Amino acid sequence: MDFWSVYAWPTILIVLSILAIVVPIILSVAYLTLAERKIMGAMQLRQGPMVVGPFGLLQPIADGVKLMAKETIVPSGANRVVFIVAPMLTFFLALVAWAVIPFDDGWVLADINVGILYLFAISSLGVYGIVMAGWASNSRYAFLGGLRSAAQMVSYEVSIGFIIITVLLCVGSLNLSDIVRAQEDLWFFIPLFPMFVIFFVSTVAETNRLPFDLPEGESELAGGFMVEYSAMTYALFFLGEYANMILMSGMTTVLFLGGWLPPFDFAPFTWIPGVVWFALKVAACLFVFIWIRATFPRYRYDQLMRLGWKVFLPLSLLWIVVTAGALIAFDWLPE
Amino acid sequence: MVIQGLAFYLFALMTVASGAMVITARNPVHSVLFLILAFFNSAALFLLMGAEFVAFILIIVYVGAVAVLFLFVVMMLDIDFARLREGFLNYLPIGALVGLILLVELLLVLGAWAILPESELRVTAPAPEAASGLTNTEALGNLIYTEYVYAFQVAGLVLLVAMIGAIVLTLRSRPVRRQRIADQVNRRPEDVLVVRKVDPGEGI
Amino acid sequence: MAFIDRTARSLLLTELLSGMALTFKAMFKPKVTLNYPYEKGPLSPRFRGEHALRRYPNGEERCIACKLCEAICPAQAITIEAEPREDGSRRTTRYDIDMTKCIYCGFCQEACPVDAIVEGPNFEFATETREELYYNKQKLLENGDRWEAQLAANIAADAPYR
Repeated sequence: MDFWSVYAWPTILIVLSILAIVVPIILSVAYLTLAERKIMGAMQLRQGPMVVGPFGLLQPIADGVKLMAKETIVPSGANRVVFIVAPMLTFFLALVAWAVIPFDDGWVLADINVGILYLFAISSLGVYGIVMAGWASNSRYAFLGGLRSAAQMVSYEVSIGFIIITVLLCVGSLNLSDIVRAQEDLWFFIPLFPMFVIFFVSTVAETNRLPFDLPEGESELAGGFMVEYSAMTYALFFLGEYANMILMSGMTTVLFLGGWLPPFDFAPFTWIPGVVWFALKVAACLFVFIWIRATFPRYRYDQLMRLGWKVFLPLSLLWIVVTAGALIAFDWLPE
Repeated sequence: MVIQGLAFYLFALMTVASGAMVITARNPVHSVLFLILAFFNSAALFLLMGAEFVAFILIIVYVGAVAVLFLFVVMMLDIDFARLREGFLNYLPIGALVGLILLVELLLVLGAWAILPESELRVTAPAPEAASGLTNTEALGNLIYTEYVYAFQVAGLVLLVAMIGAIVLTLRSRPVRRQRIADQVNRRPEDVLVVRKVDPGEGI
Repeated sequence: MAFIDRTARSLLLTELLSGMALTFKAMFKPKVTLNYPYEKGPLSPRFRGEHALRRYPNGEERCIACKLCEAICPAQAITIEAEPREDGSRRTTRYDIDMTKCIYCGFCQEACPVDAIVEGPNFEFATETREELYYNKQKLLENGDRWEAQLAANIAADAPYR
């Protein structure tokens, strides 16, 4: 009796709520790939996938089945264990971070005090999957991709950290739900607009998306760290990358776009539940991710580093000082 | 309570085991990966103690940044294991000495706690009461920016000096033509380009 | 002033934003691609696709085994053997085209005095094996029967220009 009420039921409940988060995320990852192909197609005056299902709507399922049915090849010179662990780690990290994201008021798996630190820690670990994959493949292309990604992600992590500090100055709490509640009057992307832009660009770099997809760089590295991966191991990297995109969009939504809050606090907007607003905002961010990919050419590597260290880092440091000064000068500090 | 105890022993065992693997693993990259595992498990131990801020800072700083750079360097090493073994015996006495000193120090620390139970109170800061509603981020901030503000600033200065030192040591001015992006962006056609009408057969 | 202008431009990302505006506008333009297996683009009557051997309306095959096509074929993809038939007319006993050699130059149909060998409008004849691309007389005649309506229309459409 005691065992059931103390251990078993909470465990079952937690497992169920994890499933309730993970399954929709994996589904949205699948359809994000389709959305990307459709949107990029439209921007390039193409139609995108049209054959599988009506308007190609079943394409992600076909892709998934194909990748699962294929043979996983491990190169003979590869370090077997690390080679297999790397994609698993990438995918795992992309999912595990969702534990602290508040989808609506109170709709959060673990409402921990230091939610934003957890998110930041998990996103900074993402680099390991890529570096390990690059090293374990025992291939020069993969190795170069891994090195590039290590340097790139560490660089952009720094400015993301500073931007998070700016937001925290305005909130006075590290809890993600509190961060959203602090935006009830004004979403942070308005007062902190420059930080919002830098944050978004940094998240693009952090997820290795174009125009910052140097680790992959298919034109000169033939696929970078993923060059030796096939079938399910490749699929895990792919899922991880897209889940990371969704995660980063969720993070942007929570930090700057007011999470589950409706844009205006009166009638027709307040009827729609918060989780829908959250999903809409995430979808908007994802659209911008794809839009950026369809528009810009790839950065050169040294310019990428310059942008991170010589532009974003000083700007975000400066903005911390400005924000802190303004908060103290006008006595706007949160208590 | 049982689960907490089990978790503690699990994480502690993993920390010690991965620590041992760090120094016994043949492959240096594996060593670094085990080091990362050790960092993780110590972060988990911090979490068990209720010090979530320290736990996540440990992960962000050590795992997210320092270990990545470790891995970065170690991956590029080309290590000849046979040559590495050669000097092993020469360094054994010094290594053993350092190990011994560390062991004695640890024993002294633990011994002091065993002999003088009240010494624990002297070296540990009072933990905030759980009931006071203070998160340990705030508690830590209160301590660092009031009682230990000078120590904290000095630590920051030391890091700054180390950073400047590293930059000074590695900064070389090479005779390379550098790309100045601002100049390139600011270049306008009217500054560098003249369009002239040239009659046929005339030349300029 | 120019300096302020430039700085403002680069800080406000005007160039990036104008690029993004362009792609956004492109999203709502009509698509230039076709939904290929279901929609196909227009083909010229002179399009040179898969070969076919035609017949007269009474069912007699047109080819008279003059071997002009074999002679002109720059890739030497055509092989013809001929014998008189029982009724004394000259007919081919063998008419092979190696489609892996063929360069679709159309010289064979230009050379043919009786419009027997033609290159039809079909371009979807990929196969899984190489052997299937060694066409023999039977296959070519079958092609001719299958595409006759279009082949005749194409030749008629092109006739005024010859």
